[in-house]
Amino acid sequence: MDAIILQILNGLDKGSAYALIALGLTLIFGTLGVVNFAHGALFMVGAFCAVTLSRLLSLSHQVVDETRTDFLGKPLKVDVPYVMDIFGETTGAAIIDWAVPLAILFSIPVMIALGVIMERGLIKHFYKRPHADQILVTFGLAIVLQEIIKQVYGANPIPTPAPDVFKGSLDFGVLMGFDPNAIIYPYWRLVYFGFAAIIIGAVFAFLQFTTFGMVVRAGMADRETVGLLGINIDKRFTIMFGLAAAVAGLAGVMYAPINSPNYHMGMDFLVLSFVVVVVGGMGSLPGAVLAGFLLGILESFASMNEIKAILPGIDQIIIYLVAIIILLTRPRGLLGRKGVMED
Amino acid sequence: MFGLGKRDFTLFLLVAVLAIFAPFILNPFPTDSAMAQFNAGYPDLMQRFVIFGILAIGFNILFGLTGYLSFGHAAFLGVGSYSAVWMFKLLSMNVIPAILLSMIVSGLFAVVIGYVSLRRSGIYFSILTLAFAQMSYNLAYSVLTPITNGETGLQITLDDPRLLGVSATADGGIPVTNLFGLEMRAYETVTMGPWEFQFSVGYYVAAIIMLASFYLSIRIFRSPFGMMLRAIKSNQNRLYYTGLNAKPYTLAAFVISGMYAGLAGGLLACMDPLAGAERMQWTASGEVVLMTILGGAGTLIGPVLGAGFIKYFENIFSKINDQVVHSWVSFLPDGIEDFVVGIIHPFVGKGWHLTLGLMFMAIVIFLPGGLVEGGQRIARRLRKRDGTKTETSTTPAE
Repeated sequence: MDAIILQILNGLDKGSAYALIALGLTLIFGTLGVVNFAHGALFMVGAFCAVTLSRLLSLSHQVVDETRTDFLGKPLKVDVPYVMDIFGETTGAAIIDWAVPLAILFSIPVMIALGVIMERGLIKHFYKRPHADQILVTFGLAIVLQEIIKQVYGANPIPTPAPDVFKGSLDFGVLMGFDPNAIIYPYWRLVYFGFAAIIIGAVFAFLQFTTFGMVVRAGMADRETVGLLGINIDKRFTIMFGLAAAVAGLAGVMYAPINSPNYHMGMDFLVLSFVVVVVGGMGSLPGAVLAGFLLGILESFASMNEIKAILPGIDQIIIYLVAIIILLTRPRGLLGRKGVMED
Repeated sequence: MFGLGKRDFTLFLLVAVLAIFAPFILNPFPTDSAMAQFNAGYPDLMQRFVIFGILAIGFNILFGLTGYLSFGHAAFLGVGSYSAVWMFKLLSMNVIPAILLSMIVSGLFAVVIGYVSLRRSGIYFSILTLAFAQMSYNLAYSVLTPITNGETGLQITLDDPRLLGVSATADGGIPVTNLFGLEMRAYETVTMGPWEFQFSVGYYVAAIIMLASFYLSIRIFRSPFGMMLRAIKSNQNRLYYTGLNAKPYTLAAFVISGMYAGLAGGLLACMDPLAGAERMQWTASGEVVLMTILGGAGTLIGPVLGAGFIKYFENIFSKINDQVVHSWVSFLPDGIEDFVVGIIHPFVGKGWHLTLGLMFMAIVIFLPGGLVEGGQRIARRLRKRDGTKTETSTTPAE
């Protein structure tokens, strides 16, 4: 029993990342009808927003500390971050410590701007072109983004720690009446799951309860009619693209402490996210979220030793295997709408 | 001639001449000159030109004719390499059985993968092929280690049985791949004045196979079967309404193209008897797509051009480092020189993938027909300037 709960918990954080990326992919696909292969790159750019902010905050200058001496007996030079000068020592240290959560605020404008530029500058010209062309041009864009990041930040993963408060692990087992240490779960992953749930809820609420969201949903159903009613649907779809980019970026920001950002993390997640979108059903937002969590949890179950003993290697292929089975038995995916991407 | 139309025969002849004289054509600069780094006429690179040419030709039969965009072709490449190396391990170091086996095994893989994937079309097909390729890649890394030797990659060793050959050469070394005694790695260097040309056995074996594959692909393009595939691309529904089942045709195209990829993988192993799982990674599949699009999907010569183009720039661009750039712009004042080098720096050397990505985007945006279309446009403009009457779109719409 405790092993099963542990695996479900383990699957949640990866599932959250899949769900967030797949949600953005589906938003773009549902509104603009574009297959965006650069979405993984946006996730990666988000993670590097966290890296950038934590580097910016720790920018420092050297000060001679008279009270301490180095091994030669001279006064010691210490690096003092500018943030500490401005906010005082304790507040400054806290700000540096909380760089990753602060990066959420930093990344939202960056990601929305990036998304809008991408849509207006490039993807706008590809609405009328075949899906293959869209795949190819966004694939090229993904390579370019990835290489730019590689040149700026290097090829090695950059550790980006979470705030100290979240460094420990929660003993989940005790809460649920199992032995201590049976189910241990890092706080940050819990935070990640909660964060993902909030974002997903916010996106759905935005689409469901605001006038803007209503218009967007109407546009997804019938773009032409909405246009004929005198609504500038293109502008709203552009904003939705920016929003989808922001969702991917936020997923990346918060993922940075779980997995040190490196330049190819976007590509790694992209392939899986596409599989998630297809399993959930092209164009279905709830499907994307459901499939994201489902596949994340399935993946972590498959990596249990007991299951690996029966089916060796199953953990490596489970997601693809599920995708193949789903595509062949339920061609529209779990919750796919009729008439989307059917030929 | 040989069942080819006049224009096709000219094209084939052109490719044949280029392939035969490649060691000369690709080595235009004297060995000691500063430009020698742009020479591409060394065996290793030339072999890769033709081998990836085969891969792209095969991919084009699927993508160019039927419009099905497979993102998993690298799986066949990897399978081909593994089977070839196993043939070297078990049977003999002769390349013929290895190539045959790699084609058969990848063909079988293609039948299975194609049968399942082709039940869906469009982006679903791309995702399915991608899923299969990633599955093969992950399995090759983990569970199938006894067959694939995991991360190290499959290599030939001294203890291999090699039933028809020898486990080790007389002096105790590992035998080399050969074609009835002709060693693949052997090459002849001819010096002509300041120029040096290398003629490699491996290159010519691969080039002959490439020419044969190219010939076959021309025949497929011009055959009723090829017409059928084009019909599938332009309108599959209409085919169904006329009472034709498109599936066997697409499956045949998929298997043929998979066997081409297997052949390319087998040849890679023949030139260097080593097979690793990274050959199956999806970035490798992406590379094939890049080559075909860059050259011009659906055209005969495009994929070969694209493969050559990408492999050339991969090797040459990545060799250009800061010193080289400095030496180019040394005529400028110091400050400006550093500035110019700083601008060029991200695009060359290790950063050549950035150039590739930008180039690829530019091609997809401005020249969807690839280099071939670019050439046609230039030719048309030149013809216009001559004042002769312009032909109205002689190229078939594909």
